[in-house]
Amino acid sequence: MVTYRVEDVSPDMSFLEMLDVLNERLILEGDDPIAFDHDCREGICGMCGMVINGVAHGEQRATTTCQLHMRHFEDGAEITIEPWRAAPFPVVKDLVVDRSAFDRIIQAGGFVSVPAGSAPDAHSIPVRKENADAAFDAATCIGCGACVAACPNGSASLFTAAKITHLSLLPQGQPERLTRAKAMVDQMDAEGFGGCTNTGECTAVCPKGIPLDAIAQMNSDYLKANAK
Amino acid sequence: MKYTEGSEIQDTKAPSGPIEERWEKRKFSAKLVNPANKRKLNVIVVGTGLAGGSAAATLGELGYNVKSFCYQDTPRRAHSIAAQGGINAAKNYRGDGDSIYRLFYDTVKGGDFRSRESNVYRLAQVSVNIIDQAVAQGVPFAREYGGLLDTRSFGGAQVSRTFYARGQTGQQLLLGAYQALERQIAAGTVTMHTRHEMLDLIISDGRARGVIVRDMVTGEIERHIADAVVLATGGYGNVFFLSTNAKGCNTTAIWRAHERGAYFANPCYTQIHPTCIPVSGEYQSKLTLMSESLRNDGRVWVPLRKNDTRAPGDIPDEERDYYLERIYPAFGNLVPRDIASRAAKNVCDEGRGVGPGGLGVYLDFRDAINRLGRDAVEKKYGNLFEMYERITGENPYEVPMRIYPAVHYTMGGLWVDYDLQSTIPGLFVIGEANFSDHGANRLGASALMQGLADGYFVLPTTIGDYLAAGPFGDVDEEAVAEAEIKVRTKIDRLLSVNGHRTPDSFHRELGKLMWDYCGMERTEESLRKALERIPELREEFWRDVKVTGTAEELNQVLERAGRVADFFDLAELMCLDALIRTESCGGHFRAESQDADGEALRDDENFAHVSAWERGPDGPVLHKEPLEYEYVKMTQRSYK
Amino acid sequence: MTWTDHRWIPSVWSVTATIERGAATAPVSAPKKAQRSRRPGGFLRSSNGKKVVMAVTGAIMVLFLLLHMLGNLKIFLGRDSFNEYAHALRTLLEPLAPYRTVLTLVEIVLVASVVLHMWAAISLSRRAHHARPVKYVAKKKSQANGYATHIMRFGGITIALYVVWHLLDLTFGVVNPAGFDSAPAERMIAGFDPSRWWVTLIYLVAVVMVGLHLRHGLWSAFQTLGWANRTRNKALRLTAGLVSAVLVLGFLAPPLAVTFGVVK
Ligand SMILES: Cc1cc2nc3c(=O)[nH]c(=O)nc-3n(C[C@H](O)[C@H](O)[C@H](O)COP(=O)(O)OP(=O)(O)OC[C@H]3O[C@@H](n4cnc5c(N)ncnc54)[C@H](O)[C@@H]3O)c2cc1C
Ligand code: HEM
Ligand code: HEM
Ligand code: SF4
Ligand code: F3S
Ligand code: FES
Repeated sequence: MVTYRVEDVSPDMSFLEMLDVLNERLILEGDDPIAFDHDCREGICGMCGMVINGVAHGEQRATTTCQLHMRHFEDGAEITIEPWRAAPFPVVKDLVVDRSAFDRIIQAGGFVSVPAGSAPDAHSIPVRKENADAAFDAATCIGCGACVAACPNGSASLFTAAKITHLSLLPQGQPERLTRAKAMVDQMDAEGFGGCTNTGECTAVCPKGIPLDAIAQMNSDYLKANAK
Repeated sequence: MKYTEGSEIQDTKAPSGPIEERWEKRKFSAKLVNPANKRKLNVIVVGTGLAGGSAAATLGELGYNVKSFCYQDTPRRAHSIAAQGGINAAKNYRGDGDSIYRLFYDTVKGGDFRSRESNVYRLAQVSVNIIDQAVAQGVPFAREYGGLLDTRSFGGAQVSRTFYARGQTGQQLLLGAYQALERQIAAGTVTMHTRHEMLDLIISDGRARGVIVRDMVTGEIERHIADAVVLATGGYGNVFFLSTNAKGCNTTAIWRAHERGAYFANPCYTQIHPTCIPVSGEYQSKLTLMSESLRNDGRVWVPLRKNDTRAPGDIPDEERDYYLERIYPAFGNLVPRDIASRAAKNVCDEGRGVGPGGLGVYLDFRDAINRLGRDAVEKKYGNLFEMYERITGENPYEVPMRIYPAVHYTMGGLWVDYDLQSTIPGLFVIGEANFSDHGANRLGASALMQGLADGYFVLPTTIGDYLAAGPFGDVDEEAVAEAEIKVRTKIDRLLSVNGHRTPDSFHRELGKLMWDYCGMERTEESLRKALERIPELREEFWRDVKVTGTAEELNQVLERAGRVADFFDLAELMCLDALIRTESCGGHFRAESQDADGEALRDDENFAHVSAWERGPDGPVLHKEPLEYEYVKMTQRSYK
Repeated sequence: MTWTDHRWIPSVWSVTATIERGAATAPVSAPKKAQRSRRPGGFLRSSNGKKVVMAVTGAIMVLFLLLHMLGNLKIFLGRDSFNEYAHALRTLLEPLAPYRTVLTLVEIVLVASVVLHMWAAISLSRRAHHARPVKYVAKKKSQANGYATHIMRFGGITIALYVVWHLLDLTFGVVNPAGFDSAPAERMIAGFDPSRWWVTLIYLVAVVMVGLHLRHGLWSAFQTLGWANRTRNKALRLTAGLVSAVLVLGFLAPPLAVTFGVVK
């Protein structure tokens, strides 16, 4: 851990812009700037993420690091910044971690098998609005990994459950529903994530507020898949 | 800047005949690849946005051997994820008079008659299949209580044809494509290379045969060989430094392909989006878009008086100027983007802008809240309002939002024919990276449509016609080595300057310059100034940039420096293109070419063409592709 | 006007940032393939399977506790009533089955549950430990409301220790003043004698621990078994809270009554 004093901070700055300011200075001083991941800077790509004062994405609720603004801190604040810490997320450099484990969980079954051009008319299967809305809530997961970072068990349950729930709630996801749940949960284990003990830290830091019921849905599908 | 004019260029691939039948005809005439052969054919797809992600997945499904690249840590983060508003499709589920023909017509007209009729018609045709495909993948589009898909109307259209998934349409569509892609990765047909940046194109025997990439984690320079290369690397709006694009969006891939011979078409066409959150300070790193759908219910206004410093709530209605409703009574707040943007700039230039620095106009929901109730407004726009409050610290339910235009989309890009093939055989370009089907101006919700049309349906068909002649055998070792050396040399050069300025400081300066001189409004004078200043700044860059670290590690300064270097070259071409197009059309507004009301004035006699630029040994060479309109009569765009 | 000629609100704050620096701490991206849990026993090896074991064994133990609590409350009906009940437990189904058959069966199930429950708990916490080999430097603040969830493991260990002691005390009478071959009611009344207030205190702490463990544990079991959903969640949390409260009160009433001389 290295301590830096950052001057010229404005309350209207985003947290990453504060780091930009620091990095500009470090470069001019010939130091290596702090490496951190980011891209969209508007809370949707899921690329950014750091543990700020012990809380993934900082204490501001439902907010990604890039959407966190300095006005939520105070002048003179002391801030500790750490990367996501989890064995399946090896650190690449500074605050950059490798989250490819998430991709492999999706590869295990987080999709509907439908080759391009083979789809029936979109209106051929109506979907109850409630289901469509609930599926959407789960589908908003941005794959940032904050849930893993915050979970005392280093579990990826919320991420995995979000995808399983999204597809479970839609008629299009039914044919592969149980095999999907089984394959994804098994992959999550294989990657070395911890098990969920329902502590709920994940949903509390999740920038998209993915609810814990998603995990229940995953558990239910997984149980059914294993009962078969 | 010196340039020469070369021969005309033609799109030879679009079939003739009735426009409705052209795509069918092309599909039928395209050669097929023997299924057993597909496995032996390698295709490289750079980019995993809507265009690249859907293309790589579909090519994988078809049985080709695909290698996919992106600079993010996972394909799901491509910039397409940020699209908020929606995606157009001529489904006519509303029965409100929409049709393929009307979408075609609206797009040609919206593009200010600077796009190809054949391409646009195909786009409108295919749009229908995109929605089917996405729904089947589980994309949770908004639905009505009857269980059917909901639609809304979007800037520039009078029918309700925009499908949406709350304010996250791009995200949901991209996740659909991403999941299809991951499925292929699991199946082994696609090999994914994340955190890899394409730095050069390999050409052998006149064909595009591969790419040189840098592994952004280890710094290793790798060569990848294939039978065809597809670029789906998105837009170059970040040449302005501040734009609504993601920080990593760049021109490097297409620019380096341009340096290898691919023509660059219409570089000056940039779209400014009217509803962005205004800049708050010098440190600003990017701009955030507020979905255009807000204009459905929000009313745009500024104070009637100049330098009115009263709080918005204290300004009575008589002293407000709802200028869009006043000037364009038919479309009101829903006029196309370029018109809305310029109007905002005009009122701010008059000194009637609001917020810090007077660079903003109000987007007011007071009336909508009174009419529909706060709950209804919250339901529709809740997440956008939250986002606004998070960034500005102001509550839009109580104080009107402040918005200002920002660079958003680039209609220009690499020139492609009807088959989406560039001027280099075997190099295909799709999505925002090509010069696209939008002409001089893109309609809202049409980029997602184009990206997915290209990726799911068009490219997979047309690339087969090219690949049917493959595999193309060994590549010229020397060409590969040469490309690799070129890349290494550039990196070494950046690292060895060791000057006094950061890459970002140069980028910022270039961006300001472009915004001031080649932004919403361009004049001969401003463009000449830019063309004078850019080479100086570039020279300073190569003399005084400071890049720390080494090439053999994760080095974000180096990545940025490389991108900025390419932006300089692109910026120059943009200004040149803007300078010689002395008409105003769509997103390109030349102050010299406007009518009495200040509206853009096209010059169809001299400029009804695509400007395709070749990078010649002695500077740029201009090739014109004439545009003809058989179906939609060229008229002056009017939204009054 | 352009943003070039605009002067901004000056940036005047300063902050101190302490940031983790360093190159790769682990090999990056070694793809792992799931060992598909098709083979028998795979389910129990999966983290979800282990959770299901915990939930099911937990549920068995909760059922036992409820009955046990009801039995304990019989002390208020008098020593004899309580002793009869204890006797009845041992003579259930007699003469069909020999003395203590049912009770022994119950005990076997209970022991199995405890063992399985603890096995699952231990292997899950080992997993968790492997999943986060490097701890956070900044003290982690809980963002989820509820401290109960964080003391599950600590609580579980406390309960386990307590049960051992409890068995020595009231079942075997080893540490009980009334001795091994006294009647259950004697042991209870002697055990919680006012002079042995500290014993009562231990029970109090332990039972509260059980309450906390179950307040989260019960809801957690519903969640693990996949019964929780948006509409049911409130009801399930309420149920968990109620059951734990009833257990705590029901368990504490007899010892407190003895200690304060209500039951003699
Ligand atoms: C904020 C915002 C909102 C928008 N909203 C809408 C909307 O509502 N409706 C609509 O139709 N359109 C919208 N658009 C436009 C639309 O999102 C984009 O035009 C479209 O998504 C572009 O898709 P793409 O696949 O071409 O490129 P992108 O999604 O930008 O993908 C580019 C890909 O290329 C990769 N890449 C780039 N350079 C390199 C390199 N050198 N080496 C390797 N890989 C590289 C990236 O990693 C990425 O995977 C919006 C745009 C923005 C900025
Ligand atoms: C003897 C009485 C006990 C009862 C009635 C009981 C009950 C429960 C229940 C119902 C759960 C929830 C299971 C789930 O989440 O699915 C649980 C979880 C747990 N129990 Fe126990 N338990 C008891 C003893 C223990 C013991 C002795 C330990 C110590 C090793 C322990 C440790 C745990 C742990 C670590 C959890 C997981 C935390 C969690 O689920 O959130 N428990 N217990
Ligand atoms: C504080 C209130 C409690 C009292 C007064 C109490 C009393 C007793 C008594 C008198 C017995 C012996 C019964 C017999 O031999 O027939 C007993 C057994 C037992 N108690 Fe408790 N108990 C209490 C709380 C608990 C708790 C909280 C647990 C578990 C976490 C527990 C677990 C057990 C077990 C496992 C047995 C052995 C049962 C058997 O052998 O079949 N008790 N208890
Ligand atoms: S569930 Fe939430 S915290 Fe976890 S990856 Fe998805 S968005 Fe991030
Ligand atoms: S924090 Fe961890 S324990 Fe479960 S509920 Fe969330 S994954
Ligand atoms: S940078 Fe995209 S979510 Fe933060």
